[in-house]
Amino acid sequence: MTERPPKILVTKIGFDGHDRGSRIVAAYLRDAGMDVVYTGPWQQIPAVVKLALEEDIDVLGISSLATDHLLVPKLIEALREAGLGHIPVVVGGIVPPEEEPALRAAGVAAIFHPGASREEIVAEVGRLARLARAAVEGDV
Amino acid sequence: MAEPVQLPLPGFDQARARWRRDYEAQIGTDRVVRNRSGIEVKPIYTPDDWDGSRYMEELGFPGAPPFTRGIYPTMHRGRTWTQRQLIGLGTPEDFNLRIRKIIAAGATGLSLIPCNSVYRGYDVDECPIELLGTCGTTVNSVDDMDRCLEGVDLGRISTALNDPSPFTLLALLLVVAEKRGVPWSSITGTSNQSDYLSHFVANHMFFRLALPGARRVLLDHIEFALEKIPGWNPLSVVGQHMQQGGATPAEAMGLTLSTAIQYATDLIEGRGHAPDKVLPKFTFFFDISISFFEEVAKFRAGRRIWQRIARERFGAKDPRSWRFKFHGQTSGVDLTRQQPLNNIARATVQAMAGIFGGLQSMHVDAYDEVLSVPTEKAAKIAIATQNILREEAHLTDVIDPLGGSYYVETLTNEMEAKIEAVIAKIDAAGGMYRACETGLVQTMLGESALAFQEKVESGEEKIVGVNAYREEGDAVDVPALDRPAREAMEAQIARLVRYKEARDQAATRRALDGLARAANSTSDNVFGAVVEAARAGATHGEICATLRRELGFGDVLVVP
Repeated sequence: MTERPPKILVTKIGFDGHDRGSRIVAAYLRDAGMDVVYTGPWQQIPAVVKLALEEDIDVLGISSLATDHLLVPKLIEALREAGLGHIPVVVGGIVPPEEEPALRAAGVAAIFHPGASREEIVAEVGRLARLARAAVEGDV
Repeated sequence: MAEPVQLPLPGFDQARARWRRDYEAQIGTDRVVRNRSGIEVKPIYTPDDWDGSRYMEELGFPGAPPFTRGIYPTMHRGRTWTQRQLIGLGTPEDFNLRIRKIIAAGATGLSLIPCNSVYRGYDVDECPIELLGTCGTTVNSVDDMDRCLEGVDLGRISTALNDPSPFTLLALLLVVAEKRGVPWSSITGTSNQSDYLSHFVANHMFFRLALPGARRVLLDHIEFALEKIPGWNPLSVVGQHMQQGGATPAEAMGLTLSTAIQYATDLIEGRGHAPDKVLPKFTFFFDISISFFEEVAKFRAGRRIWQRIARERFGAKDPRSWRFKFHGQTSGVDLTRQQPLNNIARATVQAMAGIFGGLQSMHVDAYDEVLSVPTEKAAKIAIATQNILREEAHLTDVIDPLGGSYYVETLTNEMEAKIEAVIAKIDAAGGMYRACETGLVQTMLGESALAFQEKVESGEEKIVGVNAYREEGDAVDVPALDRPAREAMEAQIARLVRYKEARDQAATRRALDGLARAANSTSDNVFGAVVEAARAGATHGEICATLRRELGFGDVLVVP
């Protein structure tokens, strides 16, 4: 059986609509051979959870330029409640340093700041996807 | 007086051949340098490239066609640009405190940036409290607007509202003016986010109504302003969104002019207005990147093309219709999180490009905008940067000081050709409305954004502190971040709830029903009905909800 490529959901929650970053990152992941599910901005948390379940994703990427990262702890809580707590959540965009600890504490697996390289993002998302899948499929 | 230059100049060819030999001997294999718009940039420019023989056709004098050197005879020597810093944070009281300080620091115009919840069309009592006031001011009611502008003389200071369709902030402002006895005829300012097409394709922040509804309400809003608020600029065509969304400078200018062509066509052909009635109301808003000469050339070329469009395409006769009035904002895309104080240097270069480009008003980004919503200290430096460029560097002493540079004139002509090609492409696609509807523009932006990022990744485009000159441990110099206090937001929500309880419910209901009827009629002015609703006590969220129901709310066209 050929291994199916990592599947990543790239989305934006909250009110912000700047999507240049999320479009670029989606293209990077796709170019790296990953299967990318991409949505427009302004997704509601329940809709993201539903999509994560239906699409059987390995990693959830949230892009935030304004302050929508402040909703990520709520999103992670909603994923856990839906039994999707194993899906690593990564955040890319503008996250002020003093707000990083709260995101880490809530369970955010990685934060990519402006200037993060393609290589770094692809490698880390790929690694998290492999870990997540291994966890789901049990120790092989 | 010197005689005009006669070509060929004695000795020119030999000197050029010698230079080329020496240059090639020293540089080895020369690399091809291209600017962001893809134009090849040579190591030197001479009268071979631009000899001034077409001076009158290409440049002329400021204040007269083709306006390459500026739209007014005096330009910055007469009146410098309006220093208009974007401000918006927290509650109306927070905003009011901040603008009073900024006015005292020398700002000559106000701008009001509402909270993202406002952009999405909601009131504070229907949103997650975590997000309220973090990116702008929570302003939902006439009461909120009144507190935002307390102590501000509305008849004297110009106000730019970041206020997309259906323009509720302007409606609130007009009602506040009425209550204070300030006549609408003395209100000046700009509806800064009226360009729904740029929102639809590039900056979705401000996109509320579905495309057909947005088109209708914009035209109604412009007609209302023409008739009732003569000092108001109801239309600002936003090239900034295009460039921030990924467009190259030439593409951004081309797409913006195509957008303006669409709106002008809708007003002139669609609604039957005379070109000289509507075109003087057109204003533009651009990004100023750090690609210095390219930006200067972009603005000079843009002026030249717009007057040609106004005169030749639309047959405008009034010189006010030909003037390309624009606001510039230094580009946040060029700012870095690494070594953030370097952003002051970047913003200074960008601001210089805007000044030499001949802008009418400017916002200089605060150095910490890449870290958070700007802090007060950083915002003051951005104002000081402009004061220094004007007072100490004397950049305003000479009009269009780069005019006549072999390079800048050649580049202006080359940018003009690139921009014209974009306009032709959009024309061929059936105009800007159609090109946005089909996703053509979104694809252009996505491709250019990715192409630029690829250059950064490969190191072809170097960014200090990011992919070059990195320093270990150059930990972010963290500005003090002011997130609004939760209690203040809770109080703001409670205040809005009380406002809704205390108003005349029947009158509010009637006005909102009237708004729904206006949206469904073909003859009523929808914006007029928005003003009526605000006057009766309806809030921003209620007005948006009504139009969301009647005209359909817009979603983003996702282009992979």
